Amino acid sequence: MSGHTAEEIRAEVRRYWLVGLALFLLTIITVAVSYLHLSAGMAVAIALIIACVKGGLVAGVFMHLISERQAVYALLLLTAVFFLFVMLGPLGGRLGGVGG
Amino acid sequence: MQIPYTVEERPDTGLYNAKLGVWLFLASEVMLFGALFSSYILLRTGDPSFMIVPHAIAEQLGHAGHGELRWPAELNVPIAFVNTLVLIFSSVTIVMSWASLRLRKLDKFRLWMGLTLLCSLVFLVLKAVEYNAKFSHHLLPGTANFLAIYFTLTGLHALHVIGGVVVNGYLWGPGAKMWKSDPARFTNRVEVAGLYWHFVDLVWIFLFPSLYLL
Repeated sequence: MSGHTAEEIRAEVRRYWLVGLALFLLTIITVAVSYLHLSAGMAVAIALIIACVKGGLVAGVFMHLISERQAVYALLLLTAVFFLFVMLGPLGGRLGGVGG
Repeated sequence: MQIPYTVEERPDTGLYNAKLGVWLFLASEVMLFGALFSSYILLRTGDPSFMIVPHAIAEQLGHAGHGELRWPAELNVPIAFVNTLVLIFSSVTIVMSWASLRLRKLDKFRLWMGLTLLCSLVFLVLKAVEYNAKFSHHLLPGTANFLAIYFTLTGLHALHVIGGVVVNGYLWGPGAKMWKSDPARFTNRVEVAGLYWHFVDLVWIFLFPSLYLL
């Protein structure tokens, strides 16, 4: 998962600061874009794409998912399936006329 | 009795037990927040009046006669923006506290974990300021559906921040005694607390644009 020598840990530390800086910049971009008066669809798409990139950086680097064990990936895959069901299920039901 | 696999990895999972435990917990948290996000999206896309501030409230806020007022307009973006930066910085500081322990520097751990706690408290104080402004304008969870979702999501998130303060405060204070008796196990505890804290940050990363900007 992560290095054990002092030099490897220091390299990780540098990566943490770089990711922190990227997250700061992406947050500023998110807010700046919200003042551009884009169409609703474009604004949602840009904000969510940036949020996904930020989320990916946090999960991948800070939570070490880029180099985690198979058991964690299997657990998260199962979670993702249920998460998608929770997110898309009600919308699918509404579009299909279920529940009025 | 010796609790197994607090430091060494289990042969079947490749993880120490607390790490598997926290990932299972985080999986349940994904479902909790996922259900609430789903409700928000469903209401927002399904109810044309969901984002419109009711006329009586718009009047009370001094927007009468200025056209239709839509909801994120009354949320405090500057405070939420600062809070986002504070939480991101706290994610860096907590991972630095873990890295400090792996470098066998307890004093640095205390510094970074202390900063994490400070950031958490700043976040909560700013959240209290934000809530207070809403309450003073009589904007309550029962005032409108949007506010019900807003208070539920941000309130639940704030409760998670408080939970993190309790755990991180324990590790920073009395819990740090374990460093002397079992440093590897203490380092793992900090890693697991960090995973939880990053998740709290992750949720806010999606809450901020969804509620305040869109």
